[in-house]
Amino acid sequence: MDTQSQNTNQGAPPPKQLQEIQGVTIRFCGDSGDGMQLTGSEFTRASAIAGNDLQTFPDYPAEIRAPAGTLPGVSGFQIQFSAQPVYTPGDQPDVLVAMNPAALKTNLPDLVPGGMLIVNTSAFNENNLTKAGYPSNPLQDQALLTKYKVFQVDISKLTEKALEGSGLNAKEVGRSKNMFALGMMLWMYGRPTDPTRRFIKEKFSKKAEIAAGNDKALMAGYHFGETAEIFGFTYQVKRAAITPGTYRNVTGNEGLALGILASTQLSGLKGFLGSYPITPASDVLHELSKHKNFNFSTFQAEDEIAAIGSAIGASFGGSLAYTTSSGPGIALKQEAIGLALTAELPVVIINIQRGGPSTGLPTKTEQADLLQAICGRNGEAPLPVLAANSPSDCFDAVIEASRTAVRYMTPVILLTDGYIANGQEPWLIPDAKSLKGIEVKFRTDPAGYQVYARDPQTMARAWVRPGTPGLEHRIGGLEKDQLTGNVSYDPLNHEQMVHTRAEKVAKVAQDIPPTSIYGDEKGGDTLIVGWGSTYGAILQATERLRFKGRSVSAVHLRWLNPLPPDLGDVIKRFKRVLVPEMNLGQLCMLLRAKYLVDAKGINKVQGKPFKVSELVARIEEQIDGHRN
Amino acid sequence: MAIAIEKDKPLLTRKDFQSDQEVRWCPGCGDYSILAQVQKVMPELGVKRENVVFISGIGCSSRFPYYMNTYGFHTIHGRAPTIASGLKLTRPDLQIWVVTGDGDGLSIGGNHLIHALRRNVDLKILLFNNRIYGLTKGQYSPTSELGKRAKSTPYGSIDAPFNPLHVALGAGATFVARAIDVEPVHLQQVIHRAAQHKGSAFVEILQNCNVFNDLAWEGVTGKAVKDDMQIKLEHGKPVLFGKDKKKGVRLNGFHPEIVTVGQNGVEEKDILVWNEKADPALAFMIAQLEPPTMPTPVGVLRAVDRPVHHEMEVKQLEEVTSKKGTGSIEKLLHDGDTWNVS
Repeated sequence: MDTQSQNTNQGAPPPKQLQEIQGVTIRFCGDSGDGMQLTGSEFTRASAIAGNDLQTFPDYPAEIRAPAGTLPGVSGFQIQFSAQPVYTPGDQPDVLVAMNPAALKTNLPDLVPGGMLIVNTSAFNENNLTKAGYPSNPLQDQALLTKYKVFQVDISKLTEKALEGSGLNAKEVGRSKNMFALGMMLWMYGRPTDPTRRFIKEKFSKKAEIAAGNDKALMAGYHFGETAEIFGFTYQVKRAAITPGTYRNVTGNEGLALGILASTQLSGLKGFLGSYPITPASDVLHELSKHKNFNFSTFQAEDEIAAIGSAIGASFGGSLAYTTSSGPGIALKQEAIGLALTAELPVVIINIQRGGPSTGLPTKTEQADLLQAICGRNGEAPLPVLAANSPSDCFDAVIEASRTAVRYMTPVILLTDGYIANGQEPWLIPDAKSLKGIEVKFRTDPAGYQVYARDPQTMARAWVRPGTPGLEHRIGGLEKDQLTGNVSYDPLNHEQMVHTRAEKVAKVAQDIPPTSIYGDEKGGDTLIVGWGSTYGAILQATERLRFKGRSVSAVHLRWLNPLPPDLGDVIKRFKRVLVPEMNLGQLCMLLRAKYLVDAKGINKVQGKPFKVSELVARIEEQIDGHRN
Repeated sequence: MAIAIEKDKPLLTRKDFQSDQEVRWCPGCGDYSILAQVQKVMPELGVKRENVVFISGIGCSSRFPYYMNTYGFHTIHGRAPTIASGLKLTRPDLQIWVVTGDGDGLSIGGNHLIHALRRNVDLKILLFNNRIYGLTKGQYSPTSELGKRAKSTPYGSIDAPFNPLHVALGAGATFVARAIDVEPVHLQQVIHRAAQHKGSAFVEILQNCNVFNDLAWEGVTGKAVKDDMQIKLEHGKPVLFGKDKKKGVRLNGFHPEIVTVGQNGVEEKDILVWNEKADPALAFMIAQLEPPTMPTPVGVLRAVDRPVHHEMEVKQLEEVTSKKGTGSIEKLLHDGDTWNVS
């Protein structure tokens, strides 16, 4: 018993057995109507405020409300929090909170043996058991009870009892049970309840009864943990030793929205987003639509093509323009991206990737749009492509994309994915004043103006705002004379323009910093090359392998096109190159083609991110030539 | 934001709006006349040349911006209204024209056209209707008549055509008009009216493609028939036409019928008085008069006021800014729950 730990919660009786642990992974799961996402995000806030490092991963069905109690309707939220740095939401939950049989059935296989299982017993009725396909009640299964630490709590009934006389109807009471579960877990891990109580008050500010009910359920759950004899322990996860400063939680999509607003301020331009609703990108549109006081306009277009069309129009007018979408939407935009590319106008296209092809897996994650981003247009149509590697990195990545678009007068594709779009992590809030400005030069001088004359450093043509006297000009999708921009069908001019457009994009490499190698900078046995959201898993897997004495190093690419100028040299320093991707080997193919290196892919396309343990095993398998 | 009117400089002329590019439409194409009329009207509008933008999609008509010495953007097939909408929303100070055709505007870009109109985006949309795909050398278009024999319909088209005016009216357009390439004075008047309209202005221009669909409008524009086959609508005036203005349109329930004043007891008071601000059903009814069997209404069918897209956006930007204060990224980053680690 750690007597030094203090239970900071008001009026608590002396703690039960208190164990200090480094970190834990918890998964909340239930019916998609059970409010598991809210439970998870509130637990996350409380954990962040308790000073832990953390990452989260919400996993929910594509259907808004699949039939209640069924397997497809199960929604989950996983969080890993720790006193140590955390790079992933955790491989497997140590604790599973299951609100109904369907949630138990779909999630139990992931729970670590010996892990803690908390179930809402009253949901284990015959109807729900049948819907989940259980022939008998699994809670009576002795094997289950021995394999895991099972806590059977009648959450529904306890919530009902707590809310007796609250004036809420049965449906509203039923909806409050997630708050009971949350309260219980907050107690178990010594998290503060105040942030959630404040949140409830704000969320239901116009429905005082509901607010009171939720608050009551939350506190009832908390006190249940404290007073019921059922749990004989609480846990303490100490504050993580993280960089001092002011923190907030951020999802990837929030990071994008904040980064877009920051970019418009850094450039001094009006901001514009043309977008069409699509999972998992819509939240960026929602967030940006709130901030009209940033001289930022959002436009919910009639379709994906109109979304980028409007962004190209805004860019032609001198605004900093964005379009956000996911794979299928990007496919629809490609012709217009080609127009922006040949008209040489800056637009940032953000693809928050999901499982494909076609409609695919809208709410699941994948990295299979890399080649679409790099090669997906008709003609020789190169453009800069970069990727964000974590929720908070989305902020920096979109500023970098914006700066590149304006500096080189080109559309830029930024790739993120569903995993980091919805995943959350604490973020050391950057000092807004220290952010590097985005330099914008509009040409206003008519003397000697040629529409396609170029800046020698960047090969960018001049950006001219309509409304500038004496610079009236026409541009378009037809091939242009390399200087005047007038329509030209001249064969050699076309070839020259194709080369010029490629060279311009290649020039972006001059802005890419030297590749940083995690591990053996001078070279070694194995190099792991990754990009995008696999960052955390690759980093941790590499760390573990190095701890085991393996000569494994890692580089993680921000830029996919152009590739870093020193990457070929870095790759040559290693005997073996492995490329983990949530696709069938797209970056791997590019590396093989560009560097003639015998890179091998480690691929996973299950709509789920890599687990650290899985990566460790698969890297070792490649190194040893056999499964261990 | 109002579009700046030129006051301090001498008035521009038609020549000021001609670019240095050689016009490359087929000799005899109706587009030449439309270009000439637009170039003639532009100086009369009093808008600074640098504040004028022409945006087009793909097709013969869409080469138009290259020939105007203004800002111009020749974009991709059907998408001109999207580019124009984004430009107008962010640059309300510009006067924006969209030049499109029956294929570009009603087939591949039909969705964008109706959405620009329903939003009342302040665009001046000129749709050149020649009832054929010209640039791809002669396939039937969404305005080609049923049974049309063209390259892709050797046995005749089985697709019923759109009436462009019906599409615009159905989409809630606030300004709907029709003019004809070979009626230059009337065309200028209609372009002038469109330019002055606040909100989306949709103008269908009947245009002859003398290579792939010659004489498609001959039943409307032919010298021998035009007086009897064109109904020039004028707000507040009875709908009379014919050489001696004795023919007229009378409403019989929901059906417009052609009558002759002085025959069968028809008096001038029986004739429909045109009202461009009336319920759109009236414009819809008169637009049902279609060639070849009926005379064709031209002029302004509808011109009403409705909140304009960019004006509402500007108002929201101002209101939110005055309520929340000018946005600060620093403040926003610290919005919500934050915590300090020391």
